[in-house]
Amino acid sequence: MALKVIKENCTGCGLCVDVCAYSGIKINDEGVAEVTESCILCGQCVDVCPAGALMMEEKKATVEDIFDYKGVMVFVEHEFGKIHSVSFELLGKGREIADNLGVSLSAMLIGAEGDSMALEVARYDVDTIYVCNSTWLKDYQTNTYVAEAENIIRTYKPEIVLIGATTMGRDFAGALAARLKTGLTADCTELSVDMEKRLLLQTRPAFGGNIMATIISPNRRPQMATVRPKVMAMPEPVKNPDVQIIQVQPVSGPQDMLLDILEFIPDTAGTVNLADADIIISGGRGMKGPENFSMLFELAELLGGAVGASRAAVDSGWMPYAHQVGQTGRTVRPKLYIACGISGAIQHLAGMQTSENIVAINKDPDAPIFKVATFGIVGDLFKVVPELIRQIKGKKQQTAC
Amino acid sequence: MKIVVCIKQVPSTEARVQMDPIKGTLIREGVESVVNPFDEYAIEEGIRLKERYGGEVTVISMGPPQAREALKTALAMGADKAVLLSDRAFAGSDTLATAYTLSLGIKKLGDIDIVICGKQATDGDTAQVGPGLAQRLNLRQITYVSKIREINLKNRKITAERLIESGTQVVSTALPALITVVKDINQPRIPNIFSIKKATRAEIPVWGMQDLGGDPKDFGFDGSPTQVVRIFTPPPRQGGEIIQGEVPEAVAKLIEALTSRNIINL
Repeated sequence: MALKVIKENCTGCGLCVDVCAYSGIKINDEGVAEVTESCILCGQCVDVCPAGALMMEEKKATVEDIFDYKGVMVFVEHEFGKIHSVSFELLGKGREIADNLGVSLSAMLIGAEGDSMALEVARYDVDTIYVCNSTWLKDYQTNTYVAEAENIIRTYKPEIVLIGATTMGRDFAGALAARLKTGLTADCTELSVDMEKRLLLQTRPAFGGNIMATIISPNRRPQMATVRPKVMAMPEPVKNPDVQIIQVQPVSGPQDMLLDILEFIPDTAGTVNLADADIIISGGRGMKGPENFSMLFELAELLGGAVGASRAAVDSGWMPYAHQVGQTGRTVRPKLYIACGISGAIQHLAGMQTSENIVAINKDPDAPIFKVATFGIVGDLFKVVPELIRQIKGKKQQTAC
Repeated sequence: MKIVVCIKQVPSTEARVQMDPIKGTLIREGVESVVNPFDEYAIEEGIRLKERYGGEVTVISMGPPQAREALKTALAMGADKAVLLSDRAFAGSDTLATAYTLSLGIKKLGDIDIVICGKQATDGDTAQVGPGLAQRLNLRQITYVSKIREINLKNRKITAERLIESGTQVVSTALPALITVVKDINQPRIPNIFSIKKATRAEIPVWGMQDLGGDPKDFGFDGSPTQVVRIFTPPPRQGGEIIQGEVPEAVAKLIEALTSRNIINL
């Protein structure tokens, strides 16, 4: 057991019980704290205990010397020959972390066009690019990419590995961390460094964004994190990159492609996909029917955004599931989220409440969506949205003249 | 066909786990535990595969003793067997240790054809256990599955659609495989009273560390590289400004507010 109650010190005040989210501790019949089977060892109770009656055992250090690992490495994600912007965002953040720690920044590039992609990566102030190039590495596959990444990491030993928290990144990172038997923190929105301990402080939302947790991986290397796209700032390219490109021989072969990729069916609803959109216009139950989404598409087109939907709208068959925002759909964090006829159930908020700006249009002034909205208009969306389209068109014409 | 479904019991979202911003304590109003929503789709898909191809569905969960209730829900829906992995030694497991523990439980079940997991759990939202488990079990993985097109038991192949950001990818791989599913895959059934009653009486075996074998240092707290050092409430959202006025006027004010802050550029 890693959480210890020092009975002599316990006053039975119950602060630990109050702070526990999991009913993991109780005051027993003797009037002292007792750890229950629900305890997840998060350590919250240790922090609040005024009597010093709770103690968390230190994690056992692994045999491996963690100080052999140095530097920050970013996984370069690409699809259809195009590098995902999150990889550049991570190079920006990675540079900051590497500078703080006084170590180098590297990129890991696995693919079939690695050499040309490396030139693009080189523009983002990276010290070393490890390129693993082969025809069978053209498209991402869990098995081949994880094998190559494992080899690169075990050979070059970075202390930190950053990966975009995209569908690909999370498919990859979860498998890779299990292979390396190291710590992985999902979907981080903040990264910083504990300079004294040289640890990566990984902060992420949990419980649908209602609480934030900061996580460390003290005793194993590398410390791995997936990071939500569009959270870290896009860095400026450097003028005269000074970068070392190292070719890495692949350890996998064509026989390791365990997946046959048969077909790709692009999402045709709207021109911008939800995950990449800076602006999202979402419709809910208040849209009343599928035909009314056309005005949201028109507004999205005008603003260069994508169209989302609440669970209610998806379950009614008005919009495909791929567009659902919320707990059982996608989590989005655009610059602007416009919620039309969405009441703002907690499950919906879980998928969008970290958006930079939220506009709510709803006829019910008591709708919970207004509590998270930067701006709200209480009114009939069937009047507000067409008016919004009309005025934006008007402004655009003015600018064009 | 031998089908294994991994599920997790999570606090109901309705319970609104929040922090009291003044006291810094967690507010747990009416915390109720439910089957992780994505896992309901996993259970349903397991049952549908059994109905289509024959076989047996075993649900497995790692958690405290009360996670039995989640397994009973799965039995009521139509799963054949349930196993709970529960031991004080599992406490403090992160995704690495959880995947390890589940992998030992599944190995103990014998040969399997497919493992189905929900895309992610709604409490941790990591989506890491599925891929981690596939590695531990040396299974091929297909994540974010929105449809199983076909399972060919003779050729031992599965063809499935995966939902990725830009569209749908159709892939095929050999069995045994592990898939994680999204909501689009099906509509979970509501169990009837009779099956709920039957499930309530079901005996669910509990396997602890001794039953699973494995290395004690790979379980729970010791087997978990990650550690939560701080939990806090995100800063409350600013604003909440309701724009007043008739529709044309309110819309004009909104556009002005958005353009002047460079949120949109017209």
